[in-house]
Amino acid sequence: MSPLTEFPLGAAEWPEEVSRRHFLKLMGASLALASTGACTRNPPEHIVPYVKQPEEIVPGKPLFFASALALGGYARGILVETHEGRPTKIEGNPQHPASLGATDVFMQAELLTLYDPERSQAVMNRGQPSTWDAVVGELAVAAQLWKTNGGAGLRLLTRNETSPTLLDQISRFLAKYPAAKWHQFDPLGLAPAALYHFEKAELILSLGADFVSLGPASIRYARDFARSRRPGEKMSRLYVAESTPTLTGTMADHRIRLRPAELEQFVRDLIAGGGPSKFAPAIARDLRAHAERCVVVADEFASAALQTSARQLNESLGNVGATVDYPIALATSARDLRELVAEINVGKVETLLILGGNPVYDAPADCGLVELLPKIRRTIHLGLYHDETGAACRWHVPEAHTLESWSDARALDGTITVTQPMIDPLFGGHSRHELLSALLEDSPTNGYEIVRGFWQQRLPVANFEKVWRKALHDGLAEFQVVTPNRAPALPPPVSLPDAPPAAPDSLHLFIRPSRQLLDGRYANNAWLQEFPEPLTKIVWDNAAMISAATAQRFHLGEGAVVNLKFRGRSLRAPVWILPGQADDCVTVHLGFGRTRAGSVGDGVGFNASALRTSDAFWGGPGLEIEKTGDTHPFVTTQHHWDMHEREQVRVGTLAQFQQSPQEIARPEEPPPREDETLYPNVPYRQHKWGMSIDLNACIGCGTCTIACQAENNIPVVGKEQVALNREMHWIRIDRYYDRADELTNPRTYHQPVPCMHCETAPCELVCPVAATVHSSEGLNQMVYNRCIGTRYCSNNCPYKVRRFNFLEWDANQFEVPITRKLMRNPNVSVRTRGVMEKCTYCVQRINAVKIETEKADRAIRDGEIIPACAQACPAEAIVFGDLNDAGSAAAKLRRSPLNYGLLAELNTRPRTTYLARVRNPNPELEDLTT
Amino acid sequence: MAQLFRRRANALARLALIALPLFVAGTAVTLFAFARSGFWTRVDSPIEQPVPFSHQHHVGGLGIDCRYCHTGVEQSSFAGLPPTETCMTCHSQVWKDAPVLRPVRDSWQTGAPLKWTRVHDLPDYVYFNHSIHVAKGVGCATCHGQVNEMPLTWKTKQLSMRWCLDCHRAPAKFLRPADTIVDMNYHAPRNQLALGQRLLRENHVNTAGLEDCYTCHR
Repeated sequence: MSPLTEFPLGAAEWPEEVSRRHFLKLMGASLALASTGACTRNPPEHIVPYVKQPEEIVPGKPLFFASALALGGYARGILVETHEGRPTKIEGNPQHPASLGATDVFMQAELLTLYDPERSQAVMNRGQPSTWDAVVGELAVAAQLWKTNGGAGLRLLTRNETSPTLLDQISRFLAKYPAAKWHQFDPLGLAPAALYHFEKAELILSLGADFVSLGPASIRYARDFARSRRPGEKMSRLYVAESTPTLTGTMADHRIRLRPAELEQFVRDLIAGGGPSKFAPAIARDLRAHAERCVVVADEFASAALQTSARQLNESLGNVGATVDYPIALATSARDLRELVAEINVGKVETLLILGGNPVYDAPADCGLVELLPKIRRTIHLGLYHDETGAACRWHVPEAHTLESWSDARALDGTITVTQPMIDPLFGGHSRHELLSALLEDSPTNGYEIVRGFWQQRLPVANFEKVWRKALHDGLAEFQVVTPNRAPALPPPVSLPDAPPAAPDSLHLFIRPSRQLLDGRYANNAWLQEFPEPLTKIVWDNAAMISAATAQRFHLGEGAVVNLKFRGRSLRAPVWILPGQADDCVTVHLGFGRTRAGSVGDGVGFNASALRTSDAFWGGPGLEIEKTGDTHPFVTTQHHWDMHEREQVRVGTLAQFQQSPQEIARPEEPPPREDETLYPNVPYRQHKWGMSIDLNACIGCGTCTIACQAENNIPVVGKEQVALNREMHWIRIDRYYDRADELTNPRTYHQPVPCMHCETAPCELVCPVAATVHSSEGLNQMVYNRCIGTRYCSNNCPYKVRRFNFLEWDANQFEVPITRKLMRNPNVSVRTRGVMEKCTYCVQRINAVKIETEKADRAIRDGEIIPACAQACPAEAIVFGDLNDAGSAAAKLRRSPLNYGLLAELNTRPRTTYLARVRNPNPELEDLTT
Repeated sequence: MAQLFRRRANALARLALIALPLFVAGTAVTLFAFARSGFWTRVDSPIEQPVPFSHQHHVGGLGIDCRYCHTGVEQSSFAGLPPTETCMTCHSQVWKDAPVLRPVRDSWQTGAPLKWTRVHDLPDYVYFNHSIHVAKGVGCATCHGQVNEMPLTWKTKQLSMRWCLDCHRAPAKFLRPADTIVDMNYHAPRNQLALGQRLLRENHVNTAGLEDCYTCHR
């Protein structure tokens, strides 16, 4: 654990060595240059109107288009805000069943990937620039041979795909070339076997599953879960038994920390209805009492036996059909990667087409693709980046981003979305459909006609045009929905094997997708690299997570570099001591240690897939640790987890809530009375904006942080600047640990902290130039052009929510690539060096709604103004509104007995307030710890 | 050794002590005033354009409504400049061979847009919205002057923040009835203040927020 440093070193120093003398010289020169600079006339600016203005476009007004982004092949519906044809923000599509109007961090960050100037920009042939026509020509020549031999030696490798058009193309490809084969490999391997209905569940048991934060339906699950947890209404109870901490685990009423073998024993006991474990009997009783109204969710990455056991439990409790559905899996004729590797090894593969993905980096290490690919005569890689796989293939073709191309995809529940381009390919990419069409020698060859043609053929209805347009407009097509059916039969029960006798020094390895970079596809995305990992707050790094006891056993401190030895492979990794981690377990995250990601992602962290093997895809027992003596400097955005008895997060139980709800949020030191202030009392007659953050709903996923970054043109600063506490996020999520055994299995609380917009704001009266002042609606305004950078305001802010541009992060127009300028929200200033900034409650959105309603001469409706953080939140934890409107959601929440202000005893009168967290523990288990 | 300086030098030194700061301050004030002057901010000086478009002819002479070309003015922050297509609606018929209109025809034929030079250029940190001003009773000519008398377009106001605030602090002095917004020859009536007060009430102008920084800057 890092020491409790309240004032970390170097917070106020320059990154380089600058002497006082040098500083004064620079200041003098800057002053002189600034005054001469002021003498220049404003340079002329130009207006370039359209030649033919497209219908619907009114310059200055955004348009929204429906589309979808896929995770593991499964669609999550989005609405994309575009300004004169430039996508600038991604929101969830409220009508789409998998997103319900919210997003996750990856969907938000997809925007930066779209505009990444390091995406591949040209077809490459053996490392030399080539052309699309050359690839098509090569395929046409090869096709002459395939027509005679049925495509022998021709192989196709894709990720998990649900696109009906693509699957149709592939099946036609397999029909045309019967000797060809299709293989599928997805490093995430997300193929959820079940659909859960958490909104109907009164009791949830998670066996290591992180259903609220990862997976194709996680957004929906997070919302359903949060809604089931409202105290006052019927509140569900969550048990989590897990080995490595997850965000779901942080929401648990009872989190049970178990080693994998203990977890299996625990499940056996549950099925048996009892056993020696201290938790199992009580939980089994609780489950039986909630039969048909409970859910058992198993970790998708865990053993098949554990998942079957979970299903067995669901079946025996009568949950199937009530709270759980086992949809009939879509049949796929794809073979797996191992088979492909075996065939390459015996020289049976002549041509390999890799449609998306980066298998050289993310395939299990025992495949050895990096040595195998050059053995194949013709390899063609279609990818967003000229990455590890692109470099190992003979041909590389730049892929068009999802926001640049036509396609379609299926959501987990079967809903189909036709995805449409928002912008022409920025770097001339082509879609998977277009490459397959070239392979099939099909016409048409452009994405739009391929996708539209497929659906037209599928739906020979007279009013196809109308159906098609409606599908594009709504972002979901009523073409064909696979309704989740009750699965025909339970697969034969695989009994959980008895725990093998644990080798004395053997540890258990967990390989998991990163909550920052997923499987590495976002490695060159600086928003996500600088996104604080929700549990550890580490940025720009991954770590081998171990428990405090394991650290002690191996004499490891934080950042100690160890050799992880797993089934004959070894990897150097620095360790991080993670409270809540089971003893003798090591968790590593995928996605880091890239070598050809680009200038952002190269060399950040270590590549955990070096330990991955086909038979231990998500890890397993048999890990050894060897201390090296080196240390690695980690950088985090939060340096301590103790609340120092200031009660930032207030917590109570459901029983307390039912008896005396006021007691939960009541502070030890009450805030001063209304008249006890030296500030003038302002009446706020018109609007009185306020925000309420429900700590009971917040799952700590951090989507608000990235949504805010995208909306407000917030720069990234890099690892060494974050080490100096110069991160720029306007809304951060503080993570606190609470309970006596905080090192082993603490209760974890998340607290999003944006600007509080204090009515008596301490920042305002220390500004010497009135650069931060109050508005008539109670917004704490930050005026960039007045700011001279004294930073007094930040020093006087008790919440540390003000961010200072220490360096020219982003505004330098001579260095920023043109594509990044296109991405900017045109309604928010890009700040320059020397200027303070902070959360504005998304004033650009407030103003836009105010202007529209004033023009229509009507009042603003509650919920019409939604800040970016609230809009993106999957759990509906953030509510914004007018506190003067007694009927508004925000005003109602403010009257809740759970409402409290953060550090309100300082008499800041924050407009952003919190709802205390309420736990719903099982009284039988309340005093037990693990 | 003889004195290097005569007694008079003392007086000169004192004078210099006073004069130098005055000179520095005077220079600063002069430069500042110059930088804000109409000459330096190009008030009343016509801006050269790729096509010598005349509002005098189109608005004053032909009586074309502002909104025929500036279509976004009632909906959007940006009033909008007409696409080449709008020019060609007439100029494919009238003056279709005029040499001055060659750039317009070229644009239409090649698809390359015209590149106009901004006449009214607000700083990038100002988020001005045309539609709300028009909706609340600010006439076009109030800010843009009588463009119906301009052969080439120029700005008649400096567009300084003080000028904006003159109206934001006392909007009643400037508002006009909705049917006169685009009227170039409108003259404020004698009872402007009473009219303005009435329009403020009728148009539900929220005067409390007009001076908030976030109204225009964000």
